[in-house]
Amino acid sequence: MADFFTSKDWLEAVDIVKTEVPLAIWETLYVTLISTLIALMIGLPLGVLLAVGDKDGIIPLPAPLRHFLNILINLLRSVPFLILIVVVAPLTRLIIGKAFGTAASIVPLVIAAFPFIARLVESSVHEVNPNIIEMAQSTGASPFQIITKVLIPESVPSLISNITIALTTILGYTAMSGAIGGGGLGKLAINYGYYRYKYLVMIITVILLILLVQLFQSIGTKLSVVSDKRLKKK
Amino acid sequence: MIELKNISKTFRTSDSTVEALKNVSITVNDGDIFGIIGMSGAGKSTLVRCINMLERPDEGAVLIDGVDVGSLKSKDLRNTRREVTMIFQGFNLLMQRSCLNNVMFPLELAGVKKADAKKRALELLETVGLPDKANAYPAQLSGGQQQRVAIARALATDPKVLLCDEATSALDPKTSHAILSLIREINEKLGITVIIITHQMSVIEEVCNNVAILDHGEVAEQGRVVDIFTHPKSQAAKRLVFPEGEQEILVENSAYRLRVIFGGAKAAGTPLIARLAKEKGIEANILGASTKAVGDKAYGNMLLSFADENSKDLAIAFLKSIEDISVEEV
Ligand SMILES: Nc1ncnc2c1ncn2[C@@H]1O[C@H](COP(=O)(O)OP(=O)(O)OP(=O)(O)O)[C@@H](O)[C@H]1O
Ligand SMILES: [Mg+2]
Repeated sequence: MADFFTSKDWLEAVDIVKTEVPLAIWETLYVTLISTLIALMIGLPLGVLLAVGDKDGIIPLPAPLRHFLNILINLLRSVPFLILIVVVAPLTRLIIGKAFGTAASIVPLVIAAFPFIARLVESSVHEVNPNIIEMAQSTGASPFQIITKVLIPESVPSLISNITIALTTILGYTAMSGAIGGGGLGKLAINYGYYRYKYLVMIITVILLILLVQLFQSIGTKLSVVSDKRLKKK
Repeated sequence: MIELKNISKTFRTSDSTVEALKNVSITVNDGDIFGIIGMSGAGKSTLVRCINMLERPDEGAVLIDGVDVGSLKSKDLRNTRREVTMIFQGFNLLMQRSCLNNVMFPLELAGVKKADAKKRALELLETVGLPDKANAYPAQLSGGQQQRVAIARALATDPKVLLCDEATSALDPKTSHAILSLIREINEKLGITVIIITHQMSVIEEVCNNVAILDHGEVAEQGRVVDIFTHPKSQAAKRLVFPEGEQEILVENSAYRLRVIFGGAKAAGTPLIARLAKEKGIEANILGASTKAVGDKAYGNMLLSFADENSKDLAIAFLKSIEDISVEEV
C-alpha cells in the first residue's frame, strides 16, 4: 500500500488532479447550475401548465394543445442524450455561435432537462390535495390565484426534492457532454481514462462526481424537509 | 334567503350515469340553521356544492337573496363566494401556511391590505378560541383545532351564509359537540345563516331548526326539526328517527301494549318507567324505544307492554296526567 502512494502512477495522477480538477469542478458546477436554472425557467411554468391544464384541471387546455405538449415532452425525453447533442447542434450553433465547448454544452443540457423538469413539476403539483383546491375555489380564488397562492406554495417541499433529482441528473449529463468538448469533470475522466489510459485520474474524477451528487442530494433533501411545515414538531 | 328551485344534477361517466339530484327544492330563511341529512350517496355534497356553483346544476336555479347565482359572471361569482363560505369534513387548511396566514387567505384573495387582514385574522382566531395558535402550523393542531381555524377562515370575509359539509364527521363526539356549539354561537351572535350537511341525526338534533331529508337525490321530507321528530311521515324520515325500525317493535307478542309518544316532554323515558313502578307499583316492559333529546326536551316514542288489563289501564291514567305525553293502545 505504501508503495502505491509513492508509485509513479499515483504521483502523476495527483499532479494532474491538482492542476486540472479545480477548474473542472468549477466548470461542472457552472454548467450544471446554469443549465438547471434555464431548464427550470422553462420547465416550471410548463409543468404547472400541464398540471392545471388537465382535462378536469382548473384551466383545462384545449385537447389538441394538451396532446401536442405531452407528445413533445415524451419525444424529447425519449431521445438518448448523446444523440440529442448531435441533433440540436445546429440550434446550439445558432444560439452560442459554435456547437463545441463548455458554453455550447448548456444548450443540449437545457433541452434534455426542461421536459424532465416539467414532468417532475407536474407530479409535484398533482400531489396537492384536490380538496384544498376546492376550498380555494369556494373562497373565491381565481385560477391564477390558485396557482400562485395554493398550488405552488403547497408543493414547495415536493418541488425542492424533485428539483434536486433534476439537478443531480443534469450533473450526470454534464459528464456525458464532455464527449463534445463540454468542460468539467466528465471531460477530465474521458480525456485521461478513455483516451490516455490514465485510469487513476479517471477514478478520482468519478469519485469527485459521486461526491458532488451526494452533496447536492443531501442539501436538497435537507432543504425539502426543513421547508415542509407538515413536519414541524407538535 | 336561499332558494333552491327544482335542482337536478346527473353525473355521466363512461360506464354509468348517476342521478345525484332530482328536482330538489329547498328554501332556507335568513338566520336559520338548516340541516340537510341523508345516507351516504344521497346527494348532500352535490347539493351543497350547487349552492356556491362548485357544481353546476343541470336544471333548476339557486337564488341567494333573489340573485340567480348560476347566471353570474365568474368575477361576480367569486364575490358571491366570499359571502357564502364553506367548511369541510377534512378541514382543508393550507398545510404550508401558519394558522394566521390560513385565516388571512380569503382576505388576501380579496385584496385586503395586509395589516388590516392580519388584525382581522387575529380577532377571528380569538373568536374561535385559538388566540395562541396564530403562528402554529395546521399539522401541529388537533382535528378540532384545525376545524376552528377553518371556521375562522370562513368568517374572514364577513359571509352571510356558512355551508358546512360534514364539518364534524371526522371528529370525536365531544369535539364535534364543541364545534357545533361554536357554529350555533356564530349563528346567534353574527346572524349568519348556516346550512349543515350531515348523515348523523344527532347533529340535526343538536343545532338545527329546520331540516330536509335527502333520499336518493330527492327531498323525502322537510320542515321543522321538532315536527319531523314527532311525526315523521316519509320512510326515509322514519328510518332516521327510528333507526332500529318501528315495525320490528310491533311484532313483539303481548296483548296489553301501549305506545307512549313524547311530544317535547321534559321527562325522559327511563325515569318515567321508574316513576310508574315506584308511584303506581306497575311494572312495564319496554319493548322498544326511540326517543331523542332535542335541547332539553324528549321526542319520539316508546312501546310498553303490561302483565294485565288492569295495570295497563292504570298506566294510561298515569301517563295521560303528564304534560306533552300522549298514549295510544296498540
Ligand atoms: N364528480 C362526480 N362524478 C360522478 N359521480 C358523482 C360525482 N360526484 C358525486 N357523484 C355521485 O353522486 C351521488 C351523490 O354524491 P354525493 O357526494 O353528493 O353524496 P353525499 O350525500 O354527499 O354522500 P356522503 O355522505 O358519502 O358524502 C353518488 O352516487 C356519487 O357517486
Ligand atoms: Mg358528502
